[in-house]
Amino acid sequence: MLRTARHWMLTALVGASASVTVSAADVPALPQHLRDTGLYAEGVLAFSPQYPLWSDGAVKHRSIYLPPGTSIDATQPDAWDFPRGTKLWKEFRHGRALETRFIERTANGEWRFASYVWTADGADAVLAPAAGIREMPAREAPGERYAIPAQDDCRACHEGAPVPVLGFSALQLSPDRDPLAPHAESNGAEANLRSLVDRGVLRNLSPKLLTSPPRIKAATPEARAALGYLHGNCGHCHNDEGPLAVLDMTLAQRVGSPGAATDAVLHSVVDVQSQFRSARGQTRVAPGHPASSVIALRMRSREPTQQMPPLGSTVVDTEAMALIARWIESLPTNKSN
Amino acid sequence: MSSLKMFLRIALVVAASFARGAEPPASAGEQLARGTYLVTVAGCNDCHTPMKMTPEGPKPDMDRMLSGHPETLVMTPAPTLPPGPWLMTAAVTNTAFAGPWGVSFTANLTPDRETGLGKWTVRNFSETIRTGRHLGRGREILPPMPIPMYKNFTDADLAAIFSYLQSIPAVKNRVPEPRPPVAALASAGS
Repeated sequence: MLRTARHWMLTALVGASASVTVSAADVPALPQHLRDTGLYAEGVLAFSPQYPLWSDGAVKHRSIYLPPGTSIDATQPDAWDFPRGTKLWKEFRHGRALETRFIERTANGEWRFASYVWTADGADAVLAPAAGIREMPAREAPGERYAIPAQDDCRACHEGAPVPVLGFSALQLSPDRDPLAPHAESNGAEANLRSLVDRGVLRNLSPKLLTSPPRIKAATPEARAALGYLHGNCGHCHNDEGPLAVLDMTLAQRVGSPGAATDAVLHSVVDVQSQFRSARGQTRVAPGHPASSVIALRMRSREPTQQMPPLGSTVVDTEAMALIARWIESLPTNKSN
Repeated sequence: MSSLKMFLRIALVVAASFARGAEPPASAGEQLARGTYLVTVAGCNDCHTPMKMTPEGPKPDMDRMLSGHPETLVMTPAPTLPPGPWLMTAAVTNTAFAGPWGVSFTANLTPDRETGLGKWTVRNFSETIRTGRHLGRGREILPPMPIPMYKNFTDADLAAIFSYLQSIPAVKNRVPEPRPPVAALASAGS
């Protein structure tokens, strides 16, 4: 009841927030139906990041399309340059398909974001309002409710990183996949760095990344998986290049310098005081003490003013929380990891 | 091309840019003056500067200008309102507000680097106001912050406001985190 009242208050006082951001007049409007976005065209490739984003247990299927004759420029190993006309889709399923999110690099070089909502019979998926849908009935989703993000919500996460494509990168598509990564999916795993180079759709990738595929540098396999989870779920906002660099906290990995990347993560969180003050703890990561580590506390919360991530999830990822807790418990107190 | 045609073309371009909400670039001095004006008339001090009681009634304590809810003023649990049309209670400083959203505390807008906006960029500030989310991507900014109105500021206005906020005296004051609604606390066992 109070939660409903709260949502009402927030809706009334904060208001719906979204605006379509297609600015160039020559870029056509978003199609009204998913089938018209090109998802079913020839050349669409399935892929699967090794450290997937937690989405309340939704089963996800991802696809990418590059216009014929184009390729991704991997000169910057951690900030690939995607050609204009690139499209990506991610389908979310709880029992049935509920939503397919869509990202496109338009002809003017800008990125746009949209979501398509599936009809109950699975026959069609229709463009969602730019403001999203705060709650819609979904019998098999947690709490029998499902939220469609606003386009501004898409931007909140995707525009916090050097490139708005988050799951299609050198680390995420490394053939040296992490066997301990939570919720890793096998569909599309054949799309990796080697196969993309062989197909001619990935160019200027450092040869070193083929002979020695990207791998997070960590003291233990469990630490590798924990750092990978933080990268895949938090690093797109919490990095040292985007707008949240002002927080002096990075959880992002860099394949160009894996050792330095891990050092930067540990240096910015272990035994570092958090700006978020909780009665249970005030240190971002307190070695040996997950119950008083603010990062773990906020990841374990779904109270809207405290939870991490702040949007896109209403259910705690218990499998990942167990991993994060074990990693924090295992950390030595001298930051040497 | 005749000079008349050239003039008309330039005029059209200028008119189009204004139609999109663009504004001519301001000098640093003009921008600061604009920011001072906007912060004054937009009522930022009403909630972000603690009120103090005077013989003439509550007035903003300008020694703590725009420094948000004072960390030294620890708020007891908010009173429970009886059923009826009353919605919100406010601290004596007008810097803390309790309602169905929990308890919100006004932010420290001064350029203190640890407790204020000293490390923020103009992008951080603009995205916060535009999206209604902390730093543009964190938790939602809570009532009664008038985000639905303020998100309509132009880019130039937001830049001007930010430049003014960065120019005022820094006040070290760590504002508490918002408190969840009582019902949420109870269900979390806290």
